[in-house]
Amino acid sequence: MAARFFGVIMSEAIIQFEHFGFQYRAQSEPTLYDINLSVRRGETVLIAGPSGCGKSTLAHCINGLIPFSYRGEMSGSLRIAGKETKEQSIFEISRHVGTVLQDPDGQFIGLTVAEDIAFALENDCVQEPELHARVLRAAKLVDVEDHLAHAPNEISGGQKQRVSLAGVLVDDVDVLLFDEPLANLDPATGKAAIELIEQMRQETGAAVIIIEHRLEDVLHRDVDRIVLMGAGRILADTTPDALLSGSWLRDSGIREPLYLTALRYAGVEIRADMAPRSIRTLRLSEDEKAQVRAWFSALPPAPERAARSPLLQADSLRFAYPGKDHDTLKGISLTVNEGELLAIVGRNGAGKSTFSKVVCGFETQQQGSLRFRGEDMADLSIKERADRIGYVMQNPNQMISKVMIFDEVALGLRTRGVAEDEVRRRVEETLKICGLWPFRSWPISALSFGQKKRVTIAAILVLEPDMIILDEPTAGQDYRHYTEIMEFLLTLRKRGITIAMITHDMHLMLEYAERALVFSRGRIIADTDCADVLTDRSIIEEANLKETSLYALASLCAIEDGRGFVRRFIDHERKELRP
Amino acid sequence: MTNIFNYIDRPSPIHRLTGATKLICLLLWSFAAMSTYDTRLLVLLVVLSLLLFRISKIRIADVRFMLGFTAVFMLLNNLLVFLFSPQHGVELYGTRHVLFSLGGNYVITKEQLFYHLNLFLKYLASIPVVLLFVCTTNPSEFAASLNRIGVKYSIAYSVALALRYIPDIQREYHEISQAQQARGIEMSKKESLFRRLKSASAILIPLILSSMDRIEVISNAMELRCFGKNKKRSWYMARPFTKWDWLAMSGSLLLLIAAFALNILNGSRFWSPFL
Repeated sequence: MAARFFGVIMSEAIIQFEHFGFQYRAQSEPTLYDINLSVRRGETVLIAGPSGCGKSTLAHCINGLIPFSYRGEMSGSLRIAGKETKEQSIFEISRHVGTVLQDPDGQFIGLTVAEDIAFALENDCVQEPELHARVLRAAKLVDVEDHLAHAPNEISGGQKQRVSLAGVLVDDVDVLLFDEPLANLDPATGKAAIELIEQMRQETGAAVIIIEHRLEDVLHRDVDRIVLMGAGRILADTTPDALLSGSWLRDSGIREPLYLTALRYAGVEIRADMAPRSIRTLRLSEDEKAQVRAWFSALPPAPERAARSPLLQADSLRFAYPGKDHDTLKGISLTVNEGELLAIVGRNGAGKSTFSKVVCGFETQQQGSLRFRGEDMADLSIKERADRIGYVMQNPNQMISKVMIFDEVALGLRTRGVAEDEVRRRVEETLKICGLWPFRSWPISALSFGQKKRVTIAAILVLEPDMIILDEPTAGQDYRHYTEIMEFLLTLRKRGITIAMITHDMHLMLEYAERALVFSRGRIIADTDCADVLTDRSIIEEANLKETSLYALASLCAIEDGRGFVRRFIDHERKELRP
Repeated sequence: MTNIFNYIDRPSPIHRLTGATKLICLLLWSFAAMSTYDTRLLVLLVVLSLLLFRISKIRIADVRFMLGFTAVFMLLNNLLVFLFSPQHGVELYGTRHVLFSLGGNYVITKEQLFYHLNLFLKYLASIPVVLLFVCTTNPSEFAASLNRIGVKYSIAYSVALALRYIPDIQREYHEISQAQQARGIEMSKKESLFRRLKSASAILIPLILSSMDRIEVISNAMELRCFGKNKKRSWYMARPFTKWDWLAMSGSLLLLIAAFALNILNGSRFWSPFL
């Protein structure tokens, strides 16, 4: 009875899970087991965990999509605003919980910004003049009031996300739920998104729940608690400082912030009282700083890049889309060297994808030239270029057109009229290289997202190109899958294939790329070492990137050569991961 | 926005009418133009529609493509009517004034020419109004208008969603087709029809799969924001009717009544000057 009474006093909790479990109807095992979690208004909670740990299912339970859209068996109790969710409708739950989904484009419902923000109000039959007034108020809150009449393709990804947020802020919700808010944003926009989320929490007093595996980026602003999930259970529910000083993250395959990895390499023990939650709050004793300095000076200087012969050369490429009054590429000159792994970075719309389309022959430049091994590519058709340079799209579902893996990989050879014996030989060899051999007789639909990605890469590799361009090779992947894909790309490079990746992921670039090409407004503003890019303020600002926390760590430890510190760290980590 | 509506934002009294008014007027007007062959009324409709076109500030150049398209269609229609039934006018009007003969059944009569004139006028009376609707109705207002004339809002909204997503899907189709061409899928006219159909599946299957993902996201997003909660919903882009809306609708209704009245007076849908 006393516990019951206490529960009522504590019922400030807007969300209360008690011994909650859930099993999807089509699955033989539950996805969530014995979840106990409570969230109060005004709190910020980060839910992290590897793919398949149940964090999205947990989110669906909170916003009511479970049980109303996704059917299954619930056990235990989940109360939102004091009421069991199974006794409410999804509409009732939506009054308390506002959800911002992962894909800012896909969830944009209205034809214009204003209509999208108004959507929930319209469904609630809110009449004029209240309707327009509330839309304007919400738009002002997230700073999109100048774009009310714009269509979704006239605004940026970050602005779309703001619109989605405004769309849930039109109602006074108690919980703001964000499902991987950083997934589709460039680093600087992601940073701004986290700042905006914190600002909204302060202004509305709502509870904020963020589901994200990019821990370091979310921790840019203070978070009250991190709930770490694994295999359908809550593994830890504690403060960021406590979580980061434990071994939970490494055990469950979530990437820890880079500055902490560096500290551990230097032999510094990470304790909760150092406030390790952010590089801004981190406190190190003089001894510990000296430890980092000693580690740094003991590391050998990063090796210089080996000289390589040029493979692809672009010379003053100029390109404008038909009907657009400005050039998307304003004179791009660059060289890709044989056997290199390079990153192409920069904000959305900077011309990265357009550049790869011109290289592949999907679009034709108005000016400038492209040479491959010294040969002018102007007369090569799309198909002929594809024999030299393969292009892998971001979403594997956009490329897969066959039911069986073998047929999908064989497609490019068969359309080229290669004899069936030869097709079999080359497909089998490629499947082995790509680690798909055990699955060769599987239907593609049975594969995971990462495996599908491999199939699409295999389908390109089978044509034996000298170079492949990958658009966001690891988008939406957790650390384990991310590492898997990237290690696979490294094995390809060992076989002599040149790889260019278009990416927003600064970790990816630092860790794997030898060189970065930074695009901004149709020009290349930097072509240098990744460590140089992520330590140069002007490039970072111009290209919407984000400074690496390693650099801040170096200055915290009074290491003058911050750039050298970043370089040596990467070099050390590569050896550490791949001895 | 890739604009299948071809909405041209150029302030005019026609633009200021609500979408619902324009939709109702379009329906009444075209029904009037369809129901009668009374040349006097058709001429009136033609004059009025050209006048409206003037008021709307839409220029011929804006709609040149659609005009050309309908002109071809109209000529084809007239030609086929003449080829298949050169004596249609005689049957309709019950008189026969031969002008000259082209041999065989192909005798040119005043009745036939008059019938063709009426066909021509019908096109001329209705096409400008359709173009006006298309060019002066903000696509955002369209769903609200449909709902206002009694179409269920879930159906009306699906029209709005189609308008929202068609450009996205077009872009995706383009991207997929480029990537598939790189793998050797030939889409050019050099290939046989059969092979091109086979190639199309290499683009359509990925397009359908990724559209399925899209549909799941959008339907979740809509449900989470209470779509379908009530029997009714309000519309951000809906505007109240003004006296001009009522005037326009009454005018269109009068024209339809006139068409019916003339049909009754004439005893049939055809008015004949030959009797």
